[in-house]
Order: sequence, then structure tokens, then C-alpha cells
Amino acid sequence: MFNDDNVVVGLEIGTHKICAAVGEMNDDGSVNIIGMGQSKSNGVRKGEICDPEKVEIELRTAMDTAEKMANAELRNVFLGVSGGHVRGFNNRGNHTVLSSEHEISEEDVQDVIRNAKAINLAAEDTVIHAVRQNFYVDGQEYLASPLGICGSQLAVDMHVIHGKATRFQNAIRLVRATQLEVNEIVFNGLASALALLTAEQKEIGALVIDIGAGTTEYVVYADNAIRFSGVLAVGGDHVTNDIAFGVKISLSRAENLKREYGSALVRADAKGQVVNVTSDVGQVIKSVNIEHMQRIMSLRLEELFQIILGDLEKAGLTNYLRAGIFLTGGGSKVPGIEHLAERIFQMNVSHGHAAGIGGITSALDDPQFATALGLVKYGSMKQYQRGARRGLVHRVQDIFGRFWQRD
Amino acid sequence: MEHLEQNLLPPVAEKTTIKIFGVGDAGVKMLAELGTPEFAAAGLVAVNTDPASLQASRAPIKYHIENKLLRGLGSGGDAERSRALAEEQFTALKSECADCTVIFILAGLGGGAGSGISPVLARAARETGALVLALVTMPFESEGNHRGQQAQHSLEHLKAAADGVICLAGDNIFGLVDENTSILEFFNVADRLLLDGLRGIWQLLQRRGIIQVHFGDLCALLRDRHSENCFAFVEASGAARSREVVEKILSHPLLDKGRALADSGGVLINITAGRDLTMAEINRVMTEIKRQCGRAQTIMGAAVDNTLGDRLCVTIIAARPHALPKVEDTARLATPGGRHSISGNSSTLPATPILTGTRPRRPGAKPVQGQLPLNVVSRGRFDKSEPTLHQGEDLDVPTFLRRGVALN
Repeated sequence: MFNDDNVVVGLEIGTHKICAAVGEMNDDGSVNIIGMGQSKSNGVRKGEICDPEKVEIELRTAMDTAEKMANAELRNVFLGVSGGHVRGFNNRGNHTVLSSEHEISEEDVQDVIRNAKAINLAAEDTVIHAVRQNFYVDGQEYLASPLGICGSQLAVDMHVIHGKATRFQNAIRLVRATQLEVNEIVFNGLASALALLTAEQKEIGALVIDIGAGTTEYVVYADNAIRFSGVLAVGGDHVTNDIAFGVKISLSRAENLKREYGSALVRADAKGQVVNVTSDVGQVIKSVNIEHMQRIMSLRLEELFQIILGDLEKAGLTNYLRAGIFLTGGGSKVPGIEHLAERIFQMNVSHGHAAGIGGITSALDDPQFATALGLVKYGSMKQYQRGARRGLVHRVQDIFGRFWQRD
Repeated sequence: MEHLEQNLLPPVAEKTTIKIFGVGDAGVKMLAELGTPEFAAAGLVAVNTDPASLQASRAPIKYHIENKLLRGLGSGGDAERSRALAEEQFTALKSECADCTVIFILAGLGGGAGSGISPVLARAARETGALVLALVTMPFESEGNHRGQQAQHSLEHLKAAADGVICLAGDNIFGLVDENTSILEFFNVADRLLLDGLRGIWQLLQRRGIIQVHFGDLCALLRDRHSENCFAFVEASGAARSREVVEKILSHPLLDKGRALADSGGVLINITAGRDLTMAEINRVMTEIKRQCGRAQTIMGAAVDNTLGDRLCVTIIAARPHALPKVEDTARLATPGGRHSISGNSSTLPATPILTGTRPRRPGAKPVQGQLPLNVVSRGRFDKSEPTLHQGEDLDVPTFLRRGVALN
């Protein structure tokens, strides 16, 4: 058995699957994945729980598998949340430095952060993350803390991600019902970005698009901070649904067709290609024109990218993405999707791979696990910070201990 | 020179000649109430299939619609039979209506004669060029389905034929009387309500007002609307009479407690009182009514009548917005001779289009954008979830459908 403090669990209740990743934290803060459990999800639509009973059963299955694989008792989870109601925006807080020397003190920094966090939200909304971006001292930008610098006006930019409190509550209550404790709720998009991006990519600017089954999250990192985030309740399910509607077959058959013949662009060899959809006993139900199917998929994904591009343009961030665009999530496994995205964004697009996490086998390096891995990474970072703070006490105790021992 | 000048003067308009027709048993009974000197100038005509009812009537002109089929027993509650009889006598009815400017038809719908004859009579009257107003009562719910349907059917035809129909649903009167009212009194109340309305319009046409409501105004308001109109006649006396009158209007059951005003397309208001009528009173009444009417066109009239004493009488006619499909109007305009083009055969009257859309919008109900069932695209898997809206588009609907991409 491991020390519980070192075990970090990321739990994603997704539209397609429920996935729990277990990580073991090393002393230096790096993390190894030691277990993974997943189960098919049937009670979630567009990232939001709609059938709690089903989800609870599936959640237990996933957690059981993860526990067995990690050989650890899992008690706390970092829960990933998403849904069309989640929004992100930037907010600036101002503070006037009042000390006689105009030297910025720790109190000033705390005050300006508090001001930036004071946001006018609707009563039902709650803030999930308030991520600090840059400080400004008298208009001059500071990337790190401006502690000790002289100035009269202190400002800070915050990226605030918020959503409907009741919807988050539903997910939290469900997890608690399985005797698990929720450490924190984390925005799925943020988790995916953490899993994929290296420090350098965060510095020079990157966009992560996580196409899930029910939702698509997108997060922009630049200058080591989140600049932009958003959720669109459109995902792989929509692609499947479009196919089912367009070629008039059932959803499960559409899903199979998508996996087998899907493409984000209409391929040249698909022209005139016809595939017979057969029933369980081998009887031909329907002949499906693959070209039509690929066009349906292409239109849907193109629209999805265009909406994201529109949002980026509105935020004026298209020139900040020097590292390019990284795709992830189960919905991004469609062949040719990078080419489609490149055509729309006019930028480098590639599939992201989980970075900075140890113990990942090739089986885990799959776009659909990015969020769960990112949740573990987020958790380990939080845990490490907390540990570092407590570690100081430990160290003092150690010193004193030695001191007494010497006596 | 003098001679020439006289010629230049327009001829003085003839005084409006009015005829009031009571049709069917109920109509004939209502006519009996009009035997007062007030209505002396009007020609009263009783029309019925039942000879017994006509015999009891004191109307100066009685018109018995009869043929051998009926064997002197009346129409037996069959509207279709009396309608056929009236059609037979169409020319006779028309000549009866000749040279009139306004024709009132009083009838109780639901029975045989009233329901059958009134629409035909209205058509005959309109063909002579008169303004035709029908004041009718509807049967009570408890009188049974058959009478109700017959009345409804007749009402639709009447609306198509007459310029305006003022309709009093029997069940509305329940609001006016208490439990212990005897049946005789009850029917008196109903008759009185209709007659009050008639009296109001009558006074409007007969009296020379200070602010005159012209016959043309009335025509403009009612003619060709073919819709159900609301009317009310209220009076009050005493120091606070203007306020009382407004209160009465706003709680009048025939105006749907004032809500009918909000729904109307045009409102005619006539205020009559004795010599002590003040402009402030007129103003107070009008502001209140105007506030209720919203954007409806209002026509106001005021008159002084010494016989009223200290009573203040207000007549309101609220016309519902155009309800009839335009097709009928254009058809009439297209044929030379204007409104005379309606053929004598009632079967050519479009009964179905009148039925649609004539229902007044429920007052207070918010207008809801309807959706044609044809255009509904199944949202498939997302049927029960919250729609994903982006710039007014429902993203759950397949993209290729929204963009109209043909897959062939």
C-alpha cells in the first residue's frame, strides 16, 4: 500500500466513458500513472449527468478497476467538469498601493488578486478557476509577482472560469454517494491542456481543442497563463447523430460506420464507394454512400472549428498561437481532422500527446485519456504545493528533532 | 344667379331610415320591447315561420315565411329548412329592406327560424346597400350540442353576410345575475342587454351630437369587417358619474371585463348626457378608454339630451380586427358592382375560411411563435437535452441540414 498522500486520482465523468486515472506522486512533484479504470457511460449527455443512477453504477465499475490496477485504496478524487454552461473570461483587478514608499507588499498583492476575483456573476453561477495571468505595475507588465517593486497602481489580470453551481453540485453529490471525497473540481479543458502542453508551448502560445463525445473544450495558453477558455456542447455524438440522420440508420450502426469509414475530409477514394450495413444475422439493411457520410462529418467538424475560430478572433488571440494547435479527445480520432483544422485555422495542427507524466504506456497515450491524465497532473501540482507548505513544518520539526537528539 | 347658387348647394342628406327586423321567436319577442315612442321612427318588422308568434306580436309589419311543407307548425327547430324557405323568399325579403340605410336584425340563434333566416335576411339587406348590423343571442351550453352547433354555424354565415354582428353568449349573462333570478327575469336581462346596445346605436344615429358621430364613421368602423363586435351601453348618475361609468365599462361582461377593448381594432364611443355634461367628464372617460384600447382607432362622439336628466350614458362599440381572409374581400372588389356580387345562393358563401381565424386571440395571452410540424427535425440523441444554441442556431440539428447541403 502506498502512502495516501502520494496518490492522486483524476476522475472524468464523460459523455462516452467514465475514466479514473491514478497517479503516484514522487518526492520531486513528478507523477507516474499507476492505474486506470474506465467504463462506458450511458447516463451523460453533452457533458452533463442526466441519469444519475446509471452513472453511479458505471462510476463504481471504473473506480473498482482503477483501484485494483493501482493496488491502492482511493478516497479522494479531482473531478473534471464540463458542459455548455461553463464559460471563461478575463477580468482585471486594480489596487492602489498606499504605503509611504510605494513599495508593493504581500498585502497589496493579495488585495489586487481579491479585487480581480470579485466578479459580477449571476446568482446561480460559481467560479471553478481564477487563474492569475500578469501583474501590471503602473501599466508595466510583470510576469512574476511584483513583490518589493515600487509603484502606485497595481493591477492583475485573471482568467475566470465559471459555470452553474447546481450542475456541478449534481456531479459532486454523485461522486460522494460512492464514498469518495472530491478534492476539487477542475475544468476538463484546463486539465487536457495541462496534460498536453509543455512549459515552452505554454510560453509561446498554444490552443488545445479537446473534442469529447458530448462537448468540445478549448483553452488558449500564452505567456505561461490561460488566456482564453470555452466549451461548446458539440462533440463526437453530434457527428454520429448527423450520420444517423443523414443516411437514416440507427445510432449504434452510425457509430460503427464512423469508426470504420469516417473522415474529416471527403477522401478521393470515397467517391461512389458504397458500404452495405448489415443486421446481426447478416442481412443487408441499407447501402450507405461513404462520400455522403464523409461530407456530413466534414461539415459538422468544419462548423465546430469555425465557431472556435470565430471566438478566437473575437478575443484577438489568433496571432498568439505560435506553438500551434493541439487536438485531443476521443472525437479527434477522426482521420484527416488535422488537415481540416489546418485549412480552417491556417496554422500548424497536430495531435497532442500527454507530456511530463511518467508511466504512460502506449495504451494510455490515447487522445481520449488526455483529460483524465491532465486531472492527475493538476492534482499532483496542487498536492505538491500543499505538501511543500507542510514540508516546511516537517523540515523544522526534523531540525528540531535532530537538535533534541544531539542533546 | 340665385337659381345657380341653390343648385350648387348639395342636397340635404336624407335622414337615415332604419328598419329593425325581429327574426324567429326570440327576435319577435325582443321587437315587442321596442314598441316605445323612442323607436317610433324605426320600421319594425317581425319575421318568423311560426304563425302563432307573429299573431302575438304588435309589430306593424309581419312577415310570415311559410310554405305548405311546414303545415303551419313552424320550422321545427331545423335551421336548414327555414334557410331554404328564406332563400325562396329572397326577393321579397330584399324588397322589404329596400330604401333603408341601416338594418338591424334581432334574433336568437340556435333554433330553426332565427338561425336559418337571419343570414339570408342579412344578405338580402346588404344587397340593397344598407348597413346591416345583427344583434343575436347564442344558446346556453345546457341547451345541447345540436342547438349550439346550429347557432355557431349560423353565426359564421351571419358574420360573412352582415357588416357587423353583435353576439351575446347566453352563458355570459350568468355573470350579471344572481342564483335566485327567475327565468323570466333572466331572459329580460339578456334582452335588455341587446336592446341597450341597440338603443345606444340608435341614439347615435338619431341625435344630433355636439361632437357628431357620422353615419359614415359607424360604417367605416363596422362595414366589411364581418366580425364579431362587442358593445356596451352603460349609464350612471350622480356627482361621480364619469368615474362610475368607466368602472362599469371596465367590468362589463359584454366587453370581457374591459379586455375586449385591448383586442379591438377600432372603438366607437358615444357619450350622451343632459345639459350639465362637462368637457372634463368626456375627457376622463376618454382617457381611461384610450388607455385600455392601446393602438385601436377610436371614434368619439358626444351629444346632449335634455331628457336624460343627470344621467351620463356611454355607448361603446368595439370592432375586432379584420378576421375574414382577404380572399373574399378581393373577390368582391374584383367584380363590378361591388358588394352586389354575392350571389343569391347561400351555398356559395365560403363557410370554412370564415371559421378559421375568426376566434379572437385570448386577451392577455402572449403571442407565441408557432412552428409548422413539417419543419421539425428530430434532434435524435439530444432530444431530451438542453439545445445547444450558437448565434440563434440549434447546433444539435445536423449541420448539413442547417446549411441546406444536398446529398446527391
